[in-house]
Amino acid sequence: MTTTTSPPRTGTTRPARRTRRRLAPWAFLSPAIALFVVFLALPILYSVYMSFRTEQVSGLGLGADSRTEVWNGFSNYAQSLADPEFLASVGRVGIYGLLVVPTMLGLALLFALLLDSRRTRARGFSRISIFLPYAVPAVISSLLWGFLYLPGVSPFYYVFDQLGWDVPSLFSSDLVMFAVANIAVWGGTGFNMVVIYTALKAIPSELYEAAELDGCTQKGIALRIKIPIVVPSIIMTSVFSMIATLQVFAEPTTLKPLSNTISSTWTPLMKVYRDAFVRGDLYSAAATSVIIALATFVLSFGFLRLVQSRAFGQEK
Amino acid sequence: MTTHAPTSAPRAGSRPAASSGTRRPTSPRPGRKADRGVGERPSAVSTGILLLGAAYCLLPVLWVVVASTKSGGELFSTFTFAPSTHLLDNVGDLNAYRDGLFWRWMLNTAIYAGVGAALSVIVSAMAGYALAKYRFRGKTVVFNLLLAGVLVPGVVLAIPQYLLLAQIGLTNTYWSVLLPSIISPYGIYLARIYAAASVPDEIVEAARTDGASEARTFAAIAVPMMLPGLVTVFLFQFVAIWNNFMLPYIMLGDDKLFPLTVGLSGLLNQGASQPALYTLVITGALLSIIPLVGLFLLLQRFWQVDLAAGGVKA
Repeated sequence: MTTTTSPPRTGTTRPARRTRRRLAPWAFLSPAIALFVVFLALPILYSVYMSFRTEQVSGLGLGADSRTEVWNGFSNYAQSLADPEFLASVGRVGIYGLLVVPTMLGLALLFALLLDSRRTRARGFSRISIFLPYAVPAVISSLLWGFLYLPGVSPFYYVFDQLGWDVPSLFSSDLVMFAVANIAVWGGTGFNMVVIYTALKAIPSELYEAAELDGCTQKGIALRIKIPIVVPSIIMTSVFSMIATLQVFAEPTTLKPLSNTISSTWTPLMKVYRDAFVRGDLYSAAATSVIIALATFVLSFGFLRLVQSRAFGQEK
Repeated sequence: MTTHAPTSAPRAGSRPAASSGTRRPTSPRPGRKADRGVGERPSAVSTGILLLGAAYCLLPVLWVVVASTKSGGELFSTFTFAPSTHLLDNVGDLNAYRDGLFWRWMLNTAIYAGVGAALSVIVSAMAGYALAKYRFRGKTVVFNLLLAGVLVPGVVLAIPQYLLLAQIGLTNTYWSVLLPSIISPYGIYLARIYAAASVPDEIVEAARTDGASEARTFAAIAVPMMLPGLVTVFLFQFVAIWNNFMLPYIMLGDDKLFPLTVGLSGLLNQGASQPALYTLVITGALLSIIPLVGLFLLLQRFWQVDLAAGGVKA
């Protein structure tokens, strides 16, 4: 920045260069800022704006001028929050999240620890196999599992059938939650495992040597050294998993044709989609989506704050 | 994988005193020194658990390979994992379905994910470089705003993005899926970290002293240094676009523009009334995961993600 040795001949071009250098970062940032404004900032503001509006129908509702947009205060919000369909979908997603996030991260942590353990064999093969589902989009994994759940196709039904046992359909109302949760766990474990495993590999091996000298077992090293060190990674993956869980849409939408128990308002996002694009009620759909977004923020920041002192406090 | 080798290899060879001091069990395979476990007894339990996990993850993939060899009747009558001989018939049927609509979906997916991710990398690299290598007023504000975008749930965006694009007549076009996919707050965040870590200030300063323009310094000097990280940004965005079901589902009405995910989901929906379509769905699912799985295996080393540290080690 402070180059002092400047020959006299560059003296004339220096102010120009300096201006260019001052403008350069903005030039580099301009495509990102433009796209950010158009596809993130504006849509958010527009959503919030619409959530306070509604369409008023005058007369018989015929003709182009009979519908006018008016302010609606918090009515859309009140309506959404009192809607039993919405509340039911929120409850479902809550249970779904409690099933998916701990199971997925628990398995991811377990597999990552096993991959990092020198006593485990077949590590390369397992790492690739467990990571593989990340390459399969949610729609296609739902499709694959959906068929595997069908009584005519499923290997489990085949085995149970041979044994003469009666098994309830996975698409029945009680079990469909597990059926959808299993797809999310299957698809997400590998990615989170890689995140945690990468953090584990960054631990200097001197730490283990010291622990071994003190007579610590491999299990003890895992519990007392490895897990505490990777806690920040686990927290970040938890937050991202929670955000993804609240927005579950592709899996149940794909399974819907195979199961009668999945309604068109099975998750909050499915309800937003139905309200906006099937019923054409964009205003209440906007209010519902703002509620979901706020809930996501509150949950993820609340969770971060809750664990922050414990996880990051000891590092600094 | 690669990070182990340099640390463990010299340790095993050059410091015999240390290893004799620690009470280590007998070393059954001294040849396997590259592993961190020099002479550790393999554990059947942990290997077993890990293989069980691998089996769980491979099960549906294995099934789709087997199922795509079955005819429509066999799908529901023979044992799940009993293969048959109809793979080519099924691929032929899929080929013939509405004049090869499936391949159109495949091409569309490649365009959305490939072009979208490539553009996203360019935008992210420029923004990340600017945020890492310049000092200017408003930098913190810009960075924090972009970062907040990481946490914005897609749900608030879906409806207004549709309405905004509808106003300029872009819904139901390639642009309606491509344009919103280019901006990636997470990609910018990663690119900033790569730029900060891999492009030394001295080299940027030297290029300037030599008279290179700011754009040239970026393109010819910074980008090659950031390249391994940018591959990771590309992969992330590729998977994110390819995985995003809701955006194309909302934006597109014409099934010639569908990506594979929306197309196959629609086909499954029709299958509820025409079970003959099920074999098409299954064969389509197999063909659509092959390219991506291949890409993953090929680019494996770029997937070492360290979310907490914010960086990716490639």
